[in-house]
Formats: sequence, structure tokens, C-alpha cells
Amino acid sequence: MDALDRVVKPKTKRAKRFLEKREPKLSENIKNAMLIKGGNANATVTQVLRDVDQTSLEFFSKKSDCSLFMFGSHNKKRPNNLVIGRMYDYHVLDMIELGIEKFVSLKDIKNSKCPEGTKPMLIFAGDDFDVTEDYRRLKSLLIDFFRGPTVPNIRLAGLEYVLHFTALSGKIYFRSYKLLLKKSGCRTPRIELEEMGPSLDLVLRRTHLASDDLYKLSMKMPKALKPKKKKNISHDTFGTTYGRIHMQKQDLSKLQTRKMKGLKKRPAERITEGQEKKAKRIKKN
Amino acid sequence: MEGQSVEELLAKAERDEAEKLQRITVNKEIELEFDLGNLLASDRNPPAGLRSAGPTPEAELRALARDNTQLLINQLWQLPTERVEEALVARLPEPTTRLPREKPVPRPRPLTRWQQFARLKGIRPKKKTNLVWDEVSGQWRRRWGYQRARDDTKEWLIEVPGGADPMEDQFAKRIQAKKERVAKNELNRLRNLARAHKMHLPSAAGMHPTGHQSKEELGRAMEVAKVSTASVGRFQERLPKEKAPRGSGKKRKFQPLFGDFAAEKKNQLELLRVMNSKKPRLDVTRATNKQMREEDQEEAAKRRKMSQKGKRKGGRQGPGGKRKGGPPSQGGKRKGGLGGKMNSRPPGLGGKRKGGQHQGGKRRK
Repeated sequence: MDALDRVVKPKTKRAKRFLEKREPKLSENIKNAMLIKGGNANATVTQVLRDVDQTSLEFFSKKSDCSLFMFGSHNKKRPNNLVIGRMYDYHVLDMIELGIEKFVSLKDIKNSKCPEGTKPMLIFAGDDFDVTEDYRRLKSLLIDFFRGPTVPNIRLAGLEYVLHFTALSGKIYFRSYKLLLKKSGCRTPRIELEEMGPSLDLVLRRTHLASDDLYKLSMKMPKALKPKKKKNISHDTFGTTYGRIHMQKQDLSKLQTRKMKGLKKRPAERITEGQEKKAKRIKKN
Repeated sequence: MEGQSVEELLAKAERDEAEKLQRITVNKEIELEFDLGNLLASDRNPPAGLRSAGPTPEAELRALARDNTQLLINQLWQLPTERVEEALVARLPEPTTRLPREKPVPRPRPLTRWQQFARLKGIRPKKKTNLVWDEVSGQWRRRWGYQRARDDTKEWLIEVPGGADPMEDQFAKRIQAKKERVAKNELNRLRNLARAHKMHLPSAAGMHPTGHQSKEELGRAMEVAKVSTASVGRFQERLPKEKAPRGSGKKRKFQPLFGDFAAEKKNQLELLRVMNSKKPRLDVTRATNKQMREEDQEEAAKRRKMSQKGKRKGGRQGPGGKRKGGPPSQGGKRKGGLGGKMNSRPPGLGGKRKGGQHQGGKRRK
């Protein structure tokens, strides 16, 4: 139900704002994620969840309505299990189960960390990420999870860390590095990386992907947000831009062409023309 | 000699450039794909170097990450930048990766009764000031709410109006009137809500993918499913306590071909009489209502146009008003034969009235 559709109206402005924030909108809020510890979550899994909470950013809040979730558990059949998922309209859209093979925590790596709340850079390496449908969804899910708020501008000096995902022979290596900008001869700096955050070696276990029609429904973009097409402009393959102008019908006899002095009407001719026109009009009437 | 030195200079300049860029160039077989709005880069190259690395490919991973990050940073540094409070800020483009939404697209709500009326009459919301001058207290007070300007409830004296019973309690009457107004408002709000919810039906197969459906929708979907058999639902069994679907009988009832001769004769004669009569059949109330509505719509349209033109031309010509004298008149043919009343009006400025009226639907949009 929408906020303004409830049977009981919110009594305060604050309550009204709270409900309006949660209702479906054209341009949506930043997605929130909830991290859930399962019944049998062991130390590894708990530490992973805690690290994700630490490195990530204030937009992972446990209280508000969250459309992303991460669930950790551990049992003999599936040791060190992590389920990442997202929801559409409070209904599970995609869920992917990953097994943690190797894990190095934040506190194990003795380096300086970057402040919370910075938007990370994401890099996906390996052609596996485009080959299988599972991997493609996993990539989309990881982008959704880790990208952070969409901002129009970014401070270039504030680009501090990068999350690097590599898909290689069935395993996914997740590494986070801190960025060091070094001088190079020109404006763009040279990059050096320093391993900072948690590093995980993941293996893809089970997946529960959304049916095609539900996925299509969730990807539907409202018309208002679609980019507006500029009409009457076309491009050809060579890069030339063509424009189209629509004109009214022109009276070609009154066209301004090169003036030929010989064709110019002399005053005597103009008078006779005028008299002829008058005669025609009188005849008609 | 000079020619050679110029060439040498150029070559040297090129080499210098290359050296400068050497620190930041990275060679890749397949170019990376960038989505700068999300600060994202995708590397399609098969990670050949890593396969040979063995169980702990840390160093190779780091090298790969460094290369990819360098390329991404090169791209980011190409973006247009500006200085905002001593910091260099780059303007990011829109993110190009399409990600699924969190909640469904909000559906357009149907207009409430007041909104429909306002559209019809061309009423626009007036901008009101927040504070009103209150004479009694000598200060600026709110228009409504806590400590408002003219507070009815705080009056200690109410005059008994002329025709009222002197024994009646005017204060109680005021309170009662307020309660009734509040209740009426609440009723209208609930009715608008109900209308809004009734509207949001149509989905193709009757089933909604995420499963949030009302009882009525499910019932309807079930009815449709029942009828979608080869024998159009004739041999579908019903559950023990299920009721028969309503409205499943014949839709139209026709008279038998020959039965009651007297009734048939009467109907035919009546029909002929109506067709022959010179006077058109006129339902006066309906005709007047229609006419009034059209006039209102025209007025609203004119007022809107006037105000637009007035704004553009700096308001020289005042808005609205009947600059063309007399009430607006009718145009060509009309359904329902409006008779003598209409002919008495002057055939003034016609214009295409046909277009204006019952395409009120178009107007509202």
C-alpha cells in the first residue's frame, strides 16, 4: 500500500515522510542490505559478515527496509556458506550461494584502512563473468551490493579503494586494495595498490535465479526515466550528423534568386498587369 | 640540415611523450568495458597469467588488479572536472548498467472527485501565505493549527442568529457542525481510496508474479481459468461449497419471433408515431446540464489561454473575461437533438465545438 493510500492517515509530518520514503517511486532510494547470521554460523562466517559490515558503508542499515541481504551459515554438508540475495517488491528475486574457501579478515592485514562511506571502484576480470547466465547474474548482484550511492560528481582525490573480482577456473577471488596515487610524467597519476580489506576465495554453489518474467518485470524502467530521443537528428555511419527542417510551402514565384537586370519589369508593364487583373475581377463579379 | 634537425626534434618530442605516458599505459588484448557512472570496469581478457600461478596467486592477482585499476583511473581522469571548494571534482556520467529495481514502478493514481471537478472547471490551487495578520492579538499568526489567527473555538460570545430558537446551545451547535464536516471529509477520503484501489486491476493472465493479490482478483482469475477449457467450462465440476458464478447466464434477452401479436402491433405503431412527429424528443434537464458543462469547459480553456498569453506578453491584456460579447454558442450538429432553446441564441463565434465537448477525457490529460 502506498503511504497516501493507507486507511489510517499518518498523524505527524515525520510519519508521513517516513512512509513516503518507503513507497515505490520513479527514481528509487539507495538499496539497503541486511546481514543475517544463520542458526549455525561459525566463526569464519560471522567474521565475514562483520567485515562486510565494517568495510561497507553507512547505507547498509539493519533497521530500514532492505532489498539486499546476506545470510551466513555453516554445517557439515555446506561449510562456510554465504548466501547473497536481492528482493523485488519484498519477494526474493535472486539468491546465490557461495562457499568461502579462504578468508583473510580486515584485522589480519595490518595496513591502514580507508574511511567508511567511500564509494568503491569495482573491477571484474575474467571472461567467465559473461559466459554463463549464473555468472552474469552474480556479477549484477555484486554490482548491486557493493556499488554504493549513485552520485553525479566525485572528488578525484577521494577515490580510495577498489574491489577486484576475478573469475578463474570455477573460483572467484575477491580482493580489496587501497589506492596509492603516485606521480607520473603527466596529469593522470600512476597507480600502486596496497592490499587492505578482506580477501575471499569463493566458490559458486547453488543458485536460485528469478524466472524470466519476474526479472523482466523488475528491470522495467518507467517511461519518465528513459532518455529522451532528440527528434529530427540522425547520424550516418561516417559520423556525419544530419538534421531535418520542416518548412511551409513556398511560393516559388516570389523566390529571391539572382537578379537579372534584363528580366526586370518596367513600370509600363506593371501598370498594364494591374489593369488586366482589375478587368478579370470585374468579370467574375 | 635544418630539415633534418626539425625531424629529429619531432622524433625526440614523440619519444618524450611516450616516456611520459609509459608509466600509465597498460596493454591489453581486449579493451575493457567501462561504466563510469558506477565506477565499474569489466575485463574480458582470459586470465592466462593466473592459471600458471598455482594455489596462491596473490602477486599475480595484485598485478592484474593494478593494471585494470590503472586503466579505470585513466578513464576517470578524462572526465570533465571542476573546482569545488579547493577540491578537484569530476562529473560522472549516468550509470549504464541496468540493474533491477527494488520496488515496482508506481502506478498512476486515478483523480479524486475534487480533482476531476477542478479540472473541469479550470480551478487552480491558489498560493496562500503562511501567516495571517490577527487583529485581536496584534501579531502574525498561522492560518490554521496551534494558535491560529481566527480561532472559532476560543470565542466566548456567539450571537443567536435571527431565526434560531433562543434556547438552543450555539456552542454545541458549532461543535456538532465541525464533527459532521470532519466525518464527511473522512468518508470522502475513504471513497477516493476505494476507487483508487478498484482501479488497479488489469493484468493479463489474472495472476501477478509476486503473489500480492486481493481476494477479488484471485476469484476473477479463477473464473477465467474455469471458462478456458475446450467446452467453455460446461463440464467443470464445482467444489462442494462453491457458489455458482454470478452473471453467467445469457447476456441479452430477445423477444420470441412471433408470439404476442397485440404487443408487437403496439410497439410498431409507437415507433412509427415517434418517427413521424415533427417535434424532436427532448429531455430538458439533460440538455441544460450538457450545455452548462460545455460552457464551463470553454470558459476554463479560454481563461487558461488568456492567462498564458497574458504571462507571455507581460500581462497587458487581462486574463479571462468575455471579450467576445454574449454567451458562447453552439457549432454544428449535436446528438440528442437540442431543440428550440438553442436556436434562440445568436450564432456567434462558432468554431469547432464538436471537438471541445465530450473529449473531456483528452482534455483532462
